[in-house]
Amino acid sequence: MTWNFDILPDFVFNGLSLGAIYGTVALSLVLIFKATTLINFATGELAMIGAFMVYVLHMEQGLWLWLSILIAMIISAGLGALIERTLTRPFDPADHLPVVLITLGLFLIFNALAGDIWNYQVRLLSNPFGKFPSWVPGLGGDRFVMVLGSRLKYQSIGIWLTLALALFLLGLILNRTKMGLAFRAVSSNVESARLVGVHTGRTLGFGWAIASAFGTLGAVLVAPQLGGVNPNMMATILIYALAGAALGGLDSLGGAVIGGILIGLIQAVLVMWLGVVVFGQAYMSILQLAAAFVLILIVLLFRPSGLFGSRRVERV
Amino acid sequence: MSDDVFDEVGLVAKNLHASYGAVEVLRGLDFEVAQGKVSVILGANGAGKTTTLRAICNMCNSSGDVSLGGVDISRLGTAEIVRKGVAHVPQGRGTFPELSVTDNLLVGAYVRKDKEINDDVDRWFEIFPVLAERREQLAGSLSGGEQQMLAVSRALMSRPKLLLLDEPSLGLAPLIIEDLFTRFTNLNKETGLTMLVVEQNANLALDMADVGYVIESGEITLSGPADQLKSDPAVQEAYLGA
Ligand SMILES: Nc1ncnc2c1ncn2[C@@H]1O[C@H](COP(=O)(O)OP(=O)(O)O)[C@@H](O)[C@H]1O
Ligand SMILES: [Mg+2]
Repeated sequence: MTWNFDILPDFVFNGLSLGAIYGTVALSLVLIFKATTLINFATGELAMIGAFMVYVLHMEQGLWLWLSILIAMIISAGLGALIERTLTRPFDPADHLPVVLITLGLFLIFNALAGDIWNYQVRLLSNPFGKFPSWVPGLGGDRFVMVLGSRLKYQSIGIWLTLALALFLLGLILNRTKMGLAFRAVSSNVESARLVGVHTGRTLGFGWAIASAFGTLGAVLVAPQLGGVNPNMMATILIYALAGAALGGLDSLGGAVIGGILIGLIQAVLVMWLGVVVFGQAYMSILQLAAAFVLILIVLLFRPSGLFGSRRVERV
Repeated sequence: MSDDVFDEVGLVAKNLHASYGAVEVLRGLDFEVAQGKVSVILGANGAGKTTTLRAICNMCNSSGDVSLGGVDISRLGTAEIVRKGVAHVPQGRGTFPELSVTDNLLVGAYVRKDKEINDDVDRWFEIFPVLAERREQLAGSLSGGEQQMLAVSRALMSRPKLLLLDEPSLGLAPLIIEDLFTRFTNLNKETGLTMLVVEQNANLALDMADVGYVIESGEITLSGPADQLKSDPAVQEAYLGA
């Protein structure tokens, strides 16, 4: 057993950046859960489709990467709103089973569709945060900066900044716009929202739109870590994001982000550093998934509402 | 909200039916609330009071004619009915627990497009200073009485023509109930707000009302001027503990 503290920061950085991605996808889950108390199992596959849109626009059509990401996020938002309008709104919101089954069905359909169009091999997608831009003094062109004796990748910094910006914008939308107020009202009490004149269907569609855009952002950020895009890219990410959302308390947006980051840290520091590096247990890496499940289980057993959730979730 | 002429016609419900699944809960109710007046519907638990208010707002499976100021509203969706000037304080207050007190009031003005929304918020804070003190607090952390004040102010933030109140006294201490009903009476007298109140607390409700109805098992069994109902032996026995 060797306590390799010198390489620990490496793992912390990695955990924090993976965690930020889980947090982004967890936000996507929680946005819909807050408003409807149901889990959209198609979240990951919708995000995967979004990442493929970026692939098509940027890698195939040669559009500027960030413009491609923006367009993909907007199309994903439209797709999310369309799914809400056509596939979930016709069902009684109090009856969760049909809608959950629909999201599971969408999961399979999107996955098969992507496999059909793009097959299952990994396709390279440019990293939006490959190298420090040339205007960064002393670092332009580098892939990392040395911090605490470890490599802090520009990619990690980019992911954090992107998440921070996205959260800031989400905060503005939710807290400073009328649509945001309506969305929070629907999330808090659907019936009363109707009674103040909110069109709840449209408002949920808006929630689905934002959630889908967030998911696509998460998929684009995670793609470089996976070597590119492929139809199965979001499967495990979704599970970790779910674990993060459950940890944060399914109905708390801030909790989703923190929960996602915690899951990333647990994976990187507890499982990889402590398990693999310190204790030399190679199989621990296979146990990452299991660790996420165990964590969900523990949280649900001892604190059903999660770390930051409201009591309400306990009923679900 | 708008300045349509109301012509003394307030809310008119004719042959109102409602059912949950196969169970018919309202069996053809006829009632009215004259413009600027207060009507009360009395009834025991399970008589169909809540369902009546929900049927007016099209929040349950219902049929029959409902008109407001002569305009048929029975085929509109809830959100549109609100836009026609109906505000509904549901049973159990129906505040938004995860929203701040201020946001609860702001969302109450969701259907308004004028510039006086913030002035109205301030006005309600003047009327209920305790809400002003807690303006940043989440509504879920308020006491029952405070929630009821918030629910009523929230409803009135839409500047409605008609206010529906579902058992506003439920779960509140007697002193608070009296204060609340005094405020309701003043609201009606000072602003001419038309109100339909459903209650089990017949005493206070009949004091405030102009017209009263009694429903049992989804049917109106008695109706008349409020003071007349108050002296009716059947009402006294059933609702006034005489
Ligand atoms: N959501 C529902 N599903 C089925 N039955 C209901 C529902 N809500 C109310 N009821 C029934 O309808 C009847 C009238 O209920 P309600 O209108 O709530 O009465 P009140 O408000 O006078 O107490 C009761 O018998 C009640 O059990
Ligand atoms: Mg009731």
